[in-house]
Amino acid sequence: MKAKHRFILAVVVLGLLMTGPFVVTSMLVWLDMKDAEREMLTGLLLSRLPVGTMMTIFGFAIGVVVLHKLFKQYVEGLLRMAETLRLMLSANRNFRVTAEGPPEVQQLARAANDLAQQRDALMDDVEAQIAKAKASVEEEKNRLAALMSELAQAVVVCNLDGRILLYNNRARLQFKALAQGPTSVSGGALIGLGRSIFSILEKNQVQHAQEVMRQRLSAGKTALANFITTTRGGQLLRIQMVPVLGAPGEGEAAMSGYVLTVENITRSIEQEAHRDQLLHTMTEGSRSALGNIRAAVTNLIDYPDMEPELRERFLRVIEEEVAKRSHSVDQTMAQFSDSMKTRWPLEDILGIDVIAAAQRRIEDKLKLPIKTEEMDDALWIKADSFSLVFALVFLASRLQDHYEPRELRFRLTSEGKLAYLDLIWAGPAMSSETFYTWEMESMQVAGETSPLTLRDVIDRHGGEIWYQREKAAHRAYFRFVLPVAVPEVSHDEERARGNGRPEYYDFDLFNFEDKSIDLDRKLSELTYTVFDTETTGLEPSNGDEIIQIGAARIVNNRLLRQEVFDQLVDPECPLKPESIPIHGITEDMVRGQPNIDVVLPAFHEFCEDTVLIAHNAAFDMRFLQLKEERTGIRFSQPVLDTLLLSAVVHPNQESHKLDVILERLGIHIDSRHNALEDSLATAEVFLKMVPLLEEKGIVTVRQALEASEKTYFARVKY
Amino acid sequence: MARKILIVDDEPNIVISLEFLMKKEGFEVAVAGDGEEALAKAASFCPDLILLDVMMPKKSGFEVCEALRADPARAGLLIVMLTAKGRDTEVAKGLALGADAYVTKPFSTKDLLAKVKDMLAR
Repeated sequence: MKAKHRFILAVVVLGLLMTGPFVVTSMLVWLDMKDAEREMLTGLLLSRLPVGTMMTIFGFAIGVVVLHKLFKQYVEGLLRMAETLRLMLSANRNFRVTAEGPPEVQQLARAANDLAQQRDALMDDVEAQIAKAKASVEEEKNRLAALMSELAQAVVVCNLDGRILLYNNRARLQFKALAQGPTSVSGGALIGLGRSIFSILEKNQVQHAQEVMRQRLSAGKTALANFITTTRGGQLLRIQMVPVLGAPGEGEAAMSGYVLTVENITRSIEQEAHRDQLLHTMTEGSRSALGNIRAAVTNLIDYPDMEPELRERFLRVIEEEVAKRSHSVDQTMAQFSDSMKTRWPLEDILGIDVIAAAQRRIEDKLKLPIKTEEMDDALWIKADSFSLVFALVFLASRLQDHYEPRELRFRLTSEGKLAYLDLIWAGPAMSSETFYTWEMESMQVAGETSPLTLRDVIDRHGGEIWYQREKAAHRAYFRFVLPVAVPEVSHDEERARGNGRPEYYDFDLFNFEDKSIDLDRKLSELTYTVFDTETTGLEPSNGDEIIQIGAARIVNNRLLRQEVFDQLVDPECPLKPESIPIHGITEDMVRGQPNIDVVLPAFHEFCEDTVLIAHNAAFDMRFLQLKEERTGIRFSQPVLDTLLLSAVVHPNQESHKLDVILERLGIHIDSRHNALEDSLATAEVFLKMVPLLEEKGIVTVRQALEASEKTYFARVKY
Repeated sequence: MARKILIVDDEPNIVISLEFLMKKEGFEVAVAGDGEEALAKAASFCPDLILLDVMMPKKSGFEVCEALRADPARAGLLIVMLTAKGRDTEVAKGLALGADAYVTKPFSTKDLLAKVKDMLAR
């Protein structure tokens, strides 16, 4: 029986108790009386009835007030306490009951807190023991993870269904580069834990390779399969596949998955083909020319007395063929040095490391002292360090030959995505013709030569170089402009907390069409996309637009912080000044970002085959729904709302705002009101709620949706 | 009677040397510059032996070889293929199509001459 019903019953009983004995006694007395007595009594009573009634009502009212007070303190107070105790039991261990209400309840609360204290001490002890035991396993795992992430190859581990269980950073970068459309938006969406590898690789090829491995395994050979596949974008990937074997013991170790090493060979194949062609022209191409020369020479030697005219013709044959061959060798060499250049891979390297290397070589080879000026020692550049250092040494030696500077100086600065590496010297102005000659000649330094020119080196880096004078300081410098390697800087801006957003209930969350997600699976087993949006305002139907979408994935009951979607969106309308302090996004930040037509398809791909989660999902879903017609993109999967789930779990708590829930569940996060941060916070909340829902018998997604729906309707009535 | 040799090659710089050499050795020599001319000359000149280049315009040496071998009237004709391609697969193809010998450029003219004489003497 509900508390409210019990209260009503108690009030009824109170009424009966107050009036019942009097009425019953009166009835008995009345029945016993004679007519005259009855008349006299009626007369007596009627005149005093108002006083009696008043007194009774007054007494009843006092009784109800007392009862209500008791009820509030003992029944509801205890109910609330029970809820918090449950909370302490599972979701938030550090939560404590506030001692309030009557002394007995307070005592109970204190006793409960003491018990909790004792339990915590015990649990801490047990946890410490477990942590100790786990530490070595964890260390091993970390070592493996570190090894994986350091590997220069892209590695992906899949189960037999092709679901990705593990991958390294290299794989993420490689597949991100393969992603279609603006890669900043796709954000590596193709690869992710629990996602299917078949969205990247041809399913038939993978399965064929799997079969090959299985056969090799049963034949007792080393199981290994290789294949080359073409991606949607026409890139060539070389895949090596080895099986992951289950624990041995019972008979043969069965294959439980496989490890893929992925290498993009598109460029190397092209280069190989090119080199093959060069090799071919050098060998096969020479055969016929040599044959012609050889025959002519042999004739000249064997028949020394031939007519002069014929002799002349044989000599011309030789001259002609030799000239043709020389030309073709020149051409081949030119092409070969081109192909040498294309093989240059650029690596990420610290700018100061390049300078230090150049400094050592200049001091060593040219005996020229080097000093450094302003140095950005945290600046990473994309460079081929060997050729870059060679170019620096080459310039230094040219300067030494022409201007005999006493010393050279290096300076390293940056501006946006460009790094400036300056080589500075004091001396007279140089002509631009001189510099042009230096730029275009093959580089030579102290006996070492390079087939490349300074210009080649600069072009290969996608950079620039120029000569500039600092007139005031009577000195000049060469400025190398090179690409910066780590362009992304995280902005940690403090944001004022606004009032949050209002709750919307005008969107029917519970209608979804996507049946591919099994609603009867356990909540803890499904894959989720937890997302949040920042918007220009709170009224989607009045022209407010999305300016940021942030999302994270939950796979296997675990929040994947590295598989996130974080994208600013150009709303194509001005931002409202009053909203800027809330989301911290300014006009400058959104201009030039992709618009919703580009971002939404990428986000849709990110969410594929997952259940959506958002806090106050109706609000966000409304924005997405309003874009349906324009973009043709529908988010038809089921949607869970942490706000409604919180109401399911804690019906007696007053607020279900995200901040309040975070505090209640003991989740600490650094910053909020950024779409990504908020979605991560929401994900944490959801994960904490799964066991709480389970306690209430809500295990499957269907049950969670139904329970939410009930609170939804309950709220609509109020 | 002098034996007849037909030289088929599109490169005049090799033809001049071979023609000179074969004439000096007392053979009767005719020259063709491409595959079609080779077939025509084979019919009109009736050579005993053909020095046949593989890479030629109009008809390749392989095609000429095949056509000649398809003609029973020329069963005794000897074919020596000359080529700038040294891959085993091509040597195999030439011999399979009915060439009697396969010589890869650059070759020694002395060896070639010895081979031609030997083949004609058999």
